[in-house]
Amino acid sequence: MMKKALDRIVSGILKENPVLVLMLGMCATLAVTTNAINGLGMGLSTAAVLILSNLMISLLRKVIPGGVRMPAYIVIIATFVTIVQLLLQAYVPSLYESLGIFIPLIVVNCIILGRAEAFASQNGPLLSVCDGIGMGLGFTLALTLIGLVREFFGSGSAFGIMVMPEAYEPVAILVMAPGAFFVLAVLTALQNKFHAPSATNRKEQQSNLACGGNCATCTGCAGAVNHRMVAEKTAEHARKLAEQRKAAAEAKKAEANKQEGGESV
Amino acid sequence: MANLSTAPHIRGGLLTSTIMRDVTIALLPALVMGVFVFGLRALLVIVLCAVTSVLTEYLYRRLMKLPQTVSDGSALVTGLILAMNLPATVPFWIPVMGSVFAILVVKQLFGGLGQNIMNPALAARCFLLISFPALVGAGMPAVGNLFREGAWQFVSGLTVDAVTGATPLQMLKDGQTVDLLQAFLGLHSGCIGETSTLAILVGGVYMLCRGVISPRIPCIYLASTIGFIALFCAVTDRALTANFLVGQLVTGGLMAGAVFMATDYTTSPITAWGQVIYCVLIGLLTALFRVFGSAAEGVSYAIIIGNTLVPLIEKVTIPRAFGKRGGAK
Repeated sequence: MMKKALDRIVSGILKENPVLVLMLGMCATLAVTTNAINGLGMGLSTAAVLILSNLMISLLRKVIPGGVRMPAYIVIIATFVTIVQLLLQAYVPSLYESLGIFIPLIVVNCIILGRAEAFASQNGPLLSVCDGIGMGLGFTLALTLIGLVREFFGSGSAFGIMVMPEAYEPVAILVMAPGAFFVLAVLTALQNKFHAPSATNRKEQQSNLACGGNCATCTGCAGAVNHRMVAEKTAEHARKLAEQRKAAAEAKKAEANKQEGGESV
Repeated sequence: MANLSTAPHIRGGLLTSTIMRDVTIALLPALVMGVFVFGLRALLVIVLCAVTSVLTEYLYRRLMKLPQTVSDGSALVTGLILAMNLPATVPFWIPVMGSVFAILVVKQLFGGLGQNIMNPALAARCFLLISFPALVGAGMPAVGNLFREGAWQFVSGLTVDAVTGATPLQMLKDGQTVDLLQAFLGLHSGCIGETSTLAILVGGVYMLCRGVISPRIPCIYLASTIGFIALFCAVTDRALTANFLVGQLVTGGLMAGAVFMATDYTTSPITAWGQVIYCVLIGLLTALFRVFGSAAEGVSYAIIIGNTLVPLIEKVTIPRAFGKRGGAK
C-alpha cells in the first residue's frame, strides 16, 4: 500500500508529469508563467484544489451516481477553487492580482477533472490524495520551471530578484505569448531527448496513462496517445498490406503461368 | 510521373544552388547601396548575418547527423535578407542572434529547406523587433554616405548613439511630404537593404530575366497595397496626395518585401490563383498596418501572417484536373 502510494507521487512528478508529458492544462501553463513566482503560485493553488477534490471525490465515489458524475465533480472542484480564491485574495493579494482570471479558471483545468475521472473515482482516499500530491507537485514543478526560464531570459531576474548584469538586454518576446510556446516546446523536447522516465517515451509504452488512455473522457485537451490503439491499428495495417502483397504476387504468378501457357500453345 | 517518356531525356541544369546563386546576385545591388549609404558598419552587419546563418545551418546538420545542405546556398540567402531588414546601428549581437533564430528555430526545427511555415529571415526580424524594439525598430540611422560625411565617417561607421532620423515612411505617416527622387535612389534613413528602390528593382529585373521569380507576386502585391491604402485614406478622409501614395511605394520595406520576401518559393502558394489571393491578402494587411497601425511599417508582419495561411490558400485553389469534378485530390 505504502509503495503504491509513493509510486503515485513519483510518477505524477516525473513519469506522468501533467504538463511536460501529458500536455494537460495548457491554458494556465502558457498564460500565467511570465515569471517564476506566478508559476509557483498557480502550481500550488492548482495542487491544493487537486488534492482536496481528489480526496472528496474518492470519498463520495460510491455515492455519486454515474449519470451525473461530471456535474457533481464540477460542483466539488468549484467549491474548492472558490475557497482557494478567497484565501489568496485575503492573504496574498499581489499574487491574486497577477493571476487574475486564471484562478477561477482552475475549475475547468483538464488535470483536475481528468484525475477525478481517471483516478479518484476508482481508488481509495489515501491513494487519491497521493495521486493529487504527485500530480500537483508535477504541475507546480513544470510551471515554476517554465516561469523561471521565461523570467530569466525575458526580464533578467529569478523569483523577482535581478540576477543578470545591467548590460543584459532582456529578450522581451519570452515574457509575451510566443515565449510560452518556445519554452514549453524546448523543455518538452529536452525531456524527450534525454529519455526522462515518462509514460510516452517508447520504452514505457505499456504503462497506464494518467487519463486512463480513454480519449473520450478527455475534455477538449489533447490527451496522451493511446498506445494500445495505435499498436492495434499499425498491426492491422501491416496485415492488410501483407495480404495485398500476397494477392498481387499470386496474380502475377498466375499471369506468368498463363503467358507461358500461351506461348507453348 | 505516369506520362514520362522513354529515355533519353534532356537534363535541366536547374538546381537549388543555381536559384540561390541568382537570388544572391540579385540581392547585391541593394546591399551595396546599403553599405554606400550607411557606411562600413552596414557591411559588418551583412557579413555577420551571412556567416552566422551559414554556420548555424552547418552545425545543426552536422550535430543532428543529417545530410549536409549548407552548399545549396539557402542559408546564405536567409542571412543576406535578414541583414537587409536590419538597421546598420544595431549592436553586433543582434544579427548573430537573429540569424541563429532564423536558421535554427524557423527553418531547421521545421525540417529544413522547403519545410518552414514562415520566411525565416522575416520571422527573425519580427522576433528581434518584438524583443528589442528600442534597438531594432526606433533608431533608424540617418544618412552618412561617402560624399556627404567624408571618408572617415564612412570607414568608422555609425556609432550606436549616432544621429537617428525619422524614416521617410514615418514622415509620410505624420503628414509630411518626402523627396521622392531621393527616396527612389535610397538616400534616406531606414534598414540596410530597403532604402534604395532603384537597387531593389535592378535585382528584381535580374531575377525576372533569369526566370527565378514571376512578375505575378510582386506586381499584384504592390498594386493591392497601394489600392487598399488609397481606399483606406478615402474612407477615413485622410488627405490623399500623389506624394503620399508614391511615397508609400518607394519608402520603407514594401519594394524589398515584394521582390525578395513575398516571392519566397517555400512560403508562397504554388497555384496561380493562390498567388493572387495571397498577394491581395498581404496587400490588405500591409495597408491596414500602415494606415491604422501604431508603427509606420507593416510589411514584415503582413508577409509572415500571409505565409502561415499559404497551406489553406493552396488547399482551396487546387487546379481541377481535366475531366474531373472538383479539385484534384
